Amino acid sequence: MSLKRIEARFAALSGEGRAAFTPYIVAGDPDADTAWRILERLPAAGADLIELGMPFSDPMADGPAIQRGAARALAAGMDTAGVLALARRFRLGDQSTPIVLMGYYNPILNFGLVAFAAAAAEAGVDGLIVVDVPPEESGPLADALEAHDLALIRLATPTTDAARLAIVARRTKGFVYFVSVTGVTGGKEADAGSIKSQVEQARTATRLPVAVGFGVKTAEGAAKIAKIADAVVVGSALVEVVSESIALKRDPVPKVLDTVAAMAQAVHSARAGG
Amino acid sequence: MPLVLTLEQAYARAKADAGFQAELAGYLSSYVGRPSPLYFARRLSEHHRARIWLKREELNHTGSHKINNCMGQILLARRMGKTRIIAETGAGQHGVATATACALFDLPCVVYMGAVDVERQAPNVLRMQLLGAEVRPVTSGSATLKDAMNEALRDWVANVSDTYYLIGSAAGPHPYPVMVRDFQTVIGREARAQILEAEGVLPDALVACVGGGSNAIGLFHPFLADESVRLFGVEAAGEGMQSRRHAAALAGGRPGVLHGAHSYLLQDGDGQILEAHSISAGLDYPGIGPEHAWLRDVGRARYLTATDEEALAAFALCARLEGIVPALESAHALAKLPEVAAEVGKDGIVVLGLSGRGDKDLASIAPQLGRLA
Repeated sequence: MSLKRIEARFAALSGEGRAAFTPYIVAGDPDADTAWRILERLPAAGADLIELGMPFSDPMADGPAIQRGAARALAAGMDTAGVLALARRFRLGDQSTPIVLMGYYNPILNFGLVAFAAAAAEAGVDGLIVVDVPPEESGPLADALEAHDLALIRLATPTTDAARLAIVARRTKGFVYFVSVTGVTGGKEADAGSIKSQVEQARTATRLPVAVGFGVKTAEGAAKIAKIADAVVVGSALVEVVSESIALKRDPVPKVLDTVAAMAQAVHSARAGG
Repeated sequence: MPLVLTLEQAYARAKADAGFQAELAGYLSSYVGRPSPLYFARRLSEHHRARIWLKREELNHTGSHKINNCMGQILLARRMGKTRIIAETGAGQHGVATATACALFDLPCVVYMGAVDVERQAPNVLRMQLLGAEVRPVTSGSATLKDAMNEALRDWVANVSDTYYLIGSAAGPHPYPVMVRDFQTVIGREARAQILEAEGVLPDALVACVGGGSNAIGLFHPFLADESVRLFGVEAAGEGMQSRRHAAALAGGRPGVLHGAHSYLLQDGDGQILEAHSISAGLDYPGIGPEHAWLRDVGRARYLTATDEEALAAFALCARLEGIVPALESAHALAKLPEVAAEVGKDGIVVLGLSGRGDKDLASIAPQLGRLA
């Protein structure tokens, strides 16, 4: 399946005239079991695609929420093999919801690019976002992933001009991930007005679906993006729910799934609502 | 990525511009106090049985070699029209040098510093604040230099239009390792001319401490083609290489990618970055500049390690024998003089990069001072 699973999902959603709701969770946050209970139920709560964060010790593109989530996951023993094990377990019960891993280069490089691609494909992963590898340096990674029909999804940002967009789009597969704010995850709220023109610019460089993330915090914000983009990614807001639940000594699972359901509902009804 | 590409182009233009180079040379001479002396350390020479010369970077304005790079980059930032400067710092030497350059050019300055380092380098925090900089303690991760760099990168990507990120080490994404090296080669260019003037021959060996490696690469680079000159970098072995509490990326690390550079890194079996440990905050980085990795791999330079204990002993010895209190970072280079001297022999000439002065370290090592005195 792999790349085809992503393409099939976007084709189906396009037919229904709605955007994909894409929650991001940190694999293993706050521990492997809790993360599994969230992951398993994401599709039922309305997730169309899933971004599974690979925790890293130095998440320099992430704001405080995901930094804390990654630190919790690592402290609880999560590692690259553990992330793949979560994906594999998910895939046993769900053949249609794409899983995209999102992480940093060093653990993948350490695993071995070819070995990682093979293991990810075997686990039922469909694509990969590596935030600290620019297109100029991603040839070996792209080769390894292509051999297993995995999508390497690249990022575009508000500082990506037309010439750069062409470079970003060149070997990107599955979808293009548009980072809606200059900055790290979970920062300022994305402004739908400026995103609209930038997403339109991105569409001139690629025929792939365009996902928008990094500054989507609320159901209302997600609904606005859903009218513009093919997919809406929400991460920090969900990881923050995990933090809050832990602070209150409560099981994070119900609250995370409730938040996902509310946002998915907003995204799915956005275009119908006009 | 566009931001580092823009920087690369701007730097290439500045580098080729005689006006830029003349402006920099002017500030290095009249503001920094260059050239720094090359001093024959008679008593250290007698003690170690070799001809030991100290390249006195600790006499620069602000007390370390860091100002060389800061003057270059601040002039570049001005050319690029940037109106806000950010920096990371470990020991605070680079933060102080950046804050100094920002005061000179009336630019607002934010310095990210690990909370642990804020604690152990209090005098430098005060200096930065006095110079008008805002010091932001970083509590994430290990709360040391790498985390300060993470936070500075986060700031930069969020404020790219007006902000210049002034990296202090020969690490980070291209073009930083090259640019920082270029600005620090003034150390080696001067030392080469000075030793030829004083001894009439090239030295047999160069020694410098290595964290990210900016002072070492600055000293080494103008001698790379001189094959008779042996190059020794000294990494921080912390509590010992067996303890795993060290900062020696070459001696104890594996290749990996961090902060946009492919080099040797302290990392666990999963590729997670490990905390570096050293008594010297300025060497407390889990990576090393990529050019040092290359020099090691091709065999041009050799890299030794010095423990906290060895550095402290060398720190005290230098103070007693030469009346010079070195930075704890530089003390790591001093600590390996016995090995280097043994290799070059008593008539052998050694140039040691004395990268900084140790006033900043006195408070943090006060508990050990009684034992050393």
